[in-house]
Amino acid sequence: MPFTSLCEWSQRLAAGEISSVELTRLYLERVARFNGRLNAFVHYDEAAILEQAAASDAYRAKHGARPLEGLPVAIKDIFCTREGLTQCCSNILRGYQAPYDAHVITLLREAGAVLFGKTNMDEFAMGSSNETSAFGPCRNPWDIERIPGGSSGGSACAVAAGLAPAALGTDTGGSIRQPAALCGITGLKPTYGRVSRRGIIAFASSLDQAGPMTRSVRDASLLASVLCGHDPADATSVSNVPQIDWKKAVEYGDLKGMRIGRPQEYFIEGMDDGVRGCVEKALELCEELGAQIVDISLPHTEAAVATYYVIAPSEASANLARYDGVRFGYRCDDPKDLLDMYTRTRDEGFGPEVKRRILTGTFALSSGYYDAYYLKAQKVRTLIRQDFLRAFEQVDVIATPTSPVTAFRIGEKTDDPLTMYLSDVFTIAVNLAGLPGLSQPCGFVDGLPVGLQWIAPAWREDRLLSAAAAYEGATDWLSRTPELEAMA
Amino acid sequence: MSWEVVIGLEVHVQVNTKTKAFCGCSTAFGAEPNTQTCPVCLGMPGQLPVLNMEAVTKTVLTGLAIDATINLESRFDRKNYFYPDLPKGYQISQFAIPLVEHGHLDIPVGDGEKRIGITRIHLEEDAGKSLHEGLEGVSHIDLNRSGIPLMEIVSEPDMRSADEAVAYLKQLHQLVRFLDVSDADMEKGQFRCDANVSVRRPGEPFGTRTELKNLNSFRFIKQAIEYEAMRQIELIEDGGQVVQETRLFDSSKGVTRSMRSKEEAHDYRYFPEPDLPPLRLDREQVEQIRRGMPELPGQMRRRFEQEYGLSSYDAEVLTQTRELAAWYESLVAAHPADPKRCANWLANELLGRLKESGRDIADSPVSAQQLAGLLDRIADNTISGKIAKDVLDAMIESGQDADAIIEERGLKQLTDTSAIDDMIRDVMAANPEQVAQYRAGKEKLFGFFVGQVMKASRGKANPAMVNERLKVLLRE
Repeated sequence: MPFTSLCEWSQRLAAGEISSVELTRLYLERVARFNGRLNAFVHYDEAAILEQAAASDAYRAKHGARPLEGLPVAIKDIFCTREGLTQCCSNILRGYQAPYDAHVITLLREAGAVLFGKTNMDEFAMGSSNETSAFGPCRNPWDIERIPGGSSGGSACAVAAGLAPAALGTDTGGSIRQPAALCGITGLKPTYGRVSRRGIIAFASSLDQAGPMTRSVRDASLLASVLCGHDPADATSVSNVPQIDWKKAVEYGDLKGMRIGRPQEYFIEGMDDGVRGCVEKALELCEELGAQIVDISLPHTEAAVATYYVIAPSEASANLARYDGVRFGYRCDDPKDLLDMYTRTRDEGFGPEVKRRILTGTFALSSGYYDAYYLKAQKVRTLIRQDFLRAFEQVDVIATPTSPVTAFRIGEKTDDPLTMYLSDVFTIAVNLAGLPGLSQPCGFVDGLPVGLQWIAPAWREDRLLSAAAAYEGATDWLSRTPELEAMA
Repeated sequence: MSWEVVIGLEVHVQVNTKTKAFCGCSTAFGAEPNTQTCPVCLGMPGQLPVLNMEAVTKTVLTGLAIDATINLESRFDRKNYFYPDLPKGYQISQFAIPLVEHGHLDIPVGDGEKRIGITRIHLEEDAGKSLHEGLEGVSHIDLNRSGIPLMEIVSEPDMRSADEAVAYLKQLHQLVRFLDVSDADMEKGQFRCDANVSVRRPGEPFGTRTELKNLNSFRFIKQAIEYEAMRQIELIEDGGQVVQETRLFDSSKGVTRSMRSKEEAHDYRYFPEPDLPPLRLDREQVEQIRRGMPELPGQMRRRFEQEYGLSSYDAEVLTQTRELAAWYESLVAAHPADPKRCANWLANELLGRLKESGRDIADSPVSAQQLAGLLDRIADNTISGKIAKDVLDAMIESGQDADAIIEERGLKQLTDTSAIDDMIRDVMAANPEQVAQYRAGKEKLFGFFVGQVMKASRGKANPAMVNERLKVLLRE
């Protein structure tokens, strides 16, 4: 039951087999049983959640169902919500209550969804393992000694462990796709500009994008159909772009005649052999299903991580300047003067990874270094974007591993930021190029899930969904679920 | 050998949009602290800016008025620094590619004009206000001003004296008010100036400059520049060197004081604002803004001279502000017979009286229609110019129409020939000796008779008629 898809729940709610209150209770009970060990949720208010479910049941009885009527959706702690806390898993926002709903939260409410608690994440979304969270690491339901990936680790864990049927994540350098891969679920990062960023606590403004984390491709499409759309209050949200027929994209999922690019730079030395094997097998299957595999090159891939770790921290250094103890959030005790208040508030409020990135970004933007770092990174970003544009002249979609490795052990990489940064090596270029990307399960290595990443041209989420739906239809990875009873 | 002062000015002009630069909050002045704020201008997590196109239009209009290049693609940048009244920890500004570049303003210098280059105008947001006065150990912050759009207008170092700097500022001040892009009220901080000042021997390269801040009136600007130039000259003449630094003008002592050195200067770490796409305008948009260009002060001055036959001085005075010019034109419309009389009575009489009580034309208790009513009575000889001045005083005091005052006080001019003749005869009868002397050729006495008759009429006799009838009757 807890591993039922969002689409199936939707049908069962519509058929009157279950009410939203009952459905919500089912998941709340799962949270009560397993969250203590998994630490997927950092904040939830049972009464408030059930109240929404009851309201949804009443709405359905009176007016009929909206697109997500009665369906629980877990929310990454980075989305501002009017009710409850929004803490971005940082001590500097401990106890912070946002005065408004993020635009996508409003869309979820309007679609009848039940906002199902705030999920764990790396502090300010800065991390690839969920270990930088101020509320402690979230755990991988397939092996609780391992990380769930990050930064949207709590959302991935919640869906994979059946604590929620779906969740919202955000993806700045792979933060939806990498944890989705490591937890064996589906994660979609839409094209930059497709989903409003208003009310999402900013990490790197030119890269951040929200998206669904779900069990199935069809679920991802359903949730995306609600989240995507122009928001005039976000100047980077785009209006005049092709709209997607979300239903059609997954209903007629087909790989016949599709040209799939296989970039040589994504099958590299040092990546896990098991992961490589799973992805290659997946591509073979795609070929059997009628796709044509085309070897391509994305020559600037190697520079993507370095480029990202200049641009993202630079933007973050400015985005996080507002946490100064003046208006909201944490303020140090008994500041001596203004400078003391600033330095101690920020020193005590931010964790080490966030500080590392603020310092990196501040340095990269400093006078005398700007040209060598920030400006150069912007130029490389253009080259990376051009790589993809050229590739998409030959192919319809690109398929790669989502992560070079499966979930690693908690603490394994925390002392080595560089190795940690490299776990995003296959996802980062997609953000730099602003493209849509999707990760879906494509196998297991030693009982740990492996993710297959699809990349499409800008605004062509339909291609991702179509390819992924076809692959999903031909495999049964979804039927595998983690064994949690032993740890409860 | 003489010294030359070199001055460049940076002026922050508050754009008079209804709402802030990047959110929908009101820009009205004087509200209770922090009542005109929202999550965007408070810098709450997750909030995003949306550009106010009215601010763009007004900046473009200003650019067109100074004959500048309008960049069809400009960009916003973040200027990073920490200050409690800067909620986001950065200011959204334009650094690399401003909206407006390469303009100029011609300022009056002596009998001629001098062209001052304007390097750029960029659009940015204002910060809030920190309040320390009257507070013990704490500061208060008012963020009503946070996010209000500003144009930063940066001149070339083209000015060579404090007087030129003030002339430039006055010209610019007049221009932005004419364009209705700013209320430019200096007391409300809507027109703020920083000055870059250096000195050199004529013909030599520029000297090291200092930046002067806190210059919030034309008088202080002149004082501060003159003080600073002298300070630099004395420093160099004593064998010292000018240090590049920011200096604060202390208006109570009339001196400038070091605020921070070049080494302590902020590194603002500018980079492109990722929350705002580049600002793109097309030619048609710019042309449409150009079509909305009002008449500029210089054009209006020349038109006043030609159309109304005004002296260049009067034209200058009457085009000081758009309100005053509009007032003058409605006065002329109501009293079209004599635009010069209108100019005299407005510029000298009404404005003079208002100024005495510290008011300007906007506060005038007498409307243009009412003043025209008074001028009509002069024109039709109901009252003399002299009496009219008394009537104007009464109008300012009471707000009444001229006719009512003339009627009430019985000030109507005597124009009845027989009545005037009677008075003249009485005066002649009372002064037979003078009559005899006059008739004997002492024509100087004519003025004496005029005075006597006017006195007898208590000023109400029409002077021209008195003259005319006196000449006839004295000769009889």
